[in-house]
Amino acid sequence: MAFGSRPVFSGLSCAFPSSRISVILGGSGSGKSTILRLIGGLVRPRAGRIEVAGRDVTRLSERELYSVRETLGMLFQGGALLDSMTVFDNLAFPLREHTDLDEAAIAHEVHDRLDAVGLRGIDRLLPNQLSGGMVKRVALARAIIRRPTILLCDEPFSGLDPISSKRIEMLLRRINAQLGMTVVLVSHHIESTMRMADHIVLLRSEGRLEGTPAELAASGDPWVRAFLTEDVDEAMLPEAG
Amino acid sequence: MILTPIRELGFFVLRVIADLGRMGVFCAEIVRAALTPPMRLRSLLDEIYKLGVLSLIIICVCGLAVGMVLGLQGYNTLVTFGATQSLGAVVGLSLVRELGPVLTALLATGRAGSATAAEIGTMVATEQLDGLRMMSIDPIDVVVTPKAVAMVLVMPLLSALFIVCGIGGGYLVGVHLLGVDGGSYLSSLESAVDWRNDVAGSLVKALVFGVLVGWIATYRGYSSAPTSAGVSAATTATVVVASVSILIFDYFITALWGV
Amino acid sequence: MNRSPGRDLLVGLFVLAGLAAIAYLSFAVGGLSFNETGGLVLSADFDEIAGLKPRSQVVISGVKVGQVTSITLAGDDRARVTIDVDATLKLPSDTSASIVTAGLLGDRYISLQPGGDETLLKPGDTITFTESAVILERLIGKFVHNSDVGKAE
Repeated sequence: MAFGSRPVFSGLSCAFPSSRISVILGGSGSGKSTILRLIGGLVRPRAGRIEVAGRDVTRLSERELYSVRETLGMLFQGGALLDSMTVFDNLAFPLREHTDLDEAAIAHEVHDRLDAVGLRGIDRLLPNQLSGGMVKRVALARAIIRRPTILLCDEPFSGLDPISSKRIEMLLRRINAQLGMTVVLVSHHIESTMRMADHIVLLRSEGRLEGTPAELAASGDPWVRAFLTEDVDEAMLPEAG
Repeated sequence: MILTPIRELGFFVLRVIADLGRMGVFCAEIVRAALTPPMRLRSLLDEIYKLGVLSLIIICVCGLAVGMVLGLQGYNTLVTFGATQSLGAVVGLSLVRELGPVLTALLATGRAGSATAAEIGTMVATEQLDGLRMMSIDPIDVVVTPKAVAMVLVMPLLSALFIVCGIGGGYLVGVHLLGVDGGSYLSSLESAVDWRNDVAGSLVKALVFGVLVGWIATYRGYSSAPTSAGVSAATTATVVVASVSILIFDYFITALWGV
Repeated sequence: MNRSPGRDLLVGLFVLAGLAAIAYLSFAVGGLSFNETGGLVLSADFDEIAGLKPRSQVVISGVKVGQVTSITLAGDDRARVTIDVDATLKLPSDTSASIVTAGLLGDRYISLQPGGDETLLKPGDTITFTESAVILERLIGKFVHNSDVGKAE
């Protein structure tokens, strides 16, 4: 898998169990966000297969990908809300496009999701009037508005204060528990990862490591242990060059 | 090594052809989206507002100014032949046949074309288009097509308004400033300008230019690199490519229209 | 969706203004008309047409009644001009057609002077009395030539 002339990774193979919360960890530039984009079909690998709910998305045309994406929800790192529309219209948009719900039903769904992410009364605001954390929460509400079976989140906790972070964490765990939604998230936030993840994929230059939090915490590799306990010794840093 | 520049040239030509191919596919996608429901009239109206209504001032002011200059220049030339009563014809023909559609299109490229390219390019950079794709919504259908269609519809309207303002400008200068008889101005205008040869051709040009600007501006924005440098490059490319295309197509339409 | 009735009004006004401009240019300036009455097709032969073109106007007493549809070379090297005029016109068979210039440097057009005959021209008839176009240069040349001859005498 390469962007232009920069190879992101090659020979990667991993799996995300359904109905579980999986977290992708790794250093910057290791390709964490790229994996999510590959799953969503936004980028194509040079070679290989990616199976989403049994269908190989590398083989599908753009049209066919749209039908796969009916069951996917994605939270982008920057939110990716449509900046010319209000919060309400942003959330209502996929419902208006793909369902026959009347406006009252749509309003119900929208307010339901906004409540779930802890936001109220911001219907009429535009995205550029929201704080970074609020944008993320609205984007998450939008990602789950069509009740997807698989939820992909790119750094859901970055830029959030501890309270909002915790709220998102609880929300993700709740929808996983109640709806059986498969959740795959990319994160830098080790603490919540260790709490909520059923499965961790750790990307590193030597290849990936997969396992439960407990398995990885018990790893013999000092780099892995340091990474997971956020206790990085200066001596471990590469030579400044 | 002499082979390197030749290889570079070949590579460049292939890139241009590949780019044209992508543009062709892009255009086909827009046409398909424009012809299939839902028709997105709300978006179309919004775009007509952004591209048409907001361009009105610059179009009308420039039209008036160009008409005034034509009035002045035309008078200076005609007075040596004692034919100043034909000023209306000179101003009208210049505007209707060439200056109206071409200058309107160039002004619209600078204003509306670059705005469109920048807007779409920014949406690419902020992942808004990817967000739409992940919601199983085609960005071409929702974002690109209303803008392109609006540009095609708006161009003939702006061109006609430019021409009318220009005729008015010529009248102001010729009749009120330089003493040409108002009745002669209008009657020479009306007898010289012919519907089939001049006005119809002018509208066809405006439509074609609208297609060109709409297509190029949306394509450049859509395929821009997702960075601020990419957006800026898309904007300048839009203005350059669209301007050159307008002038080249102007020649061909002018040449073929008389046939 | 920013529903704004103010914007919609402006869009509507803009479109109306644009269509009005197009209509003005097409009808008032360009002379497009939907009731192109014509129907009475006549022909006339001239020695010299000098700049008369197809679509040039045909006029009676200054009022436009039709236009020139085609100009060809007739058998005797004269120019055969075909005109299409208002079908409701009643033109006597001794009507004459002359090629006139609008102003000194203006366009050429055909002016018809109806005669007084009882019989009327029918579609396809030929106008027999024609007056060719005056070419300014020849007129001046003749004038110069005559004045030279006058001087010589």
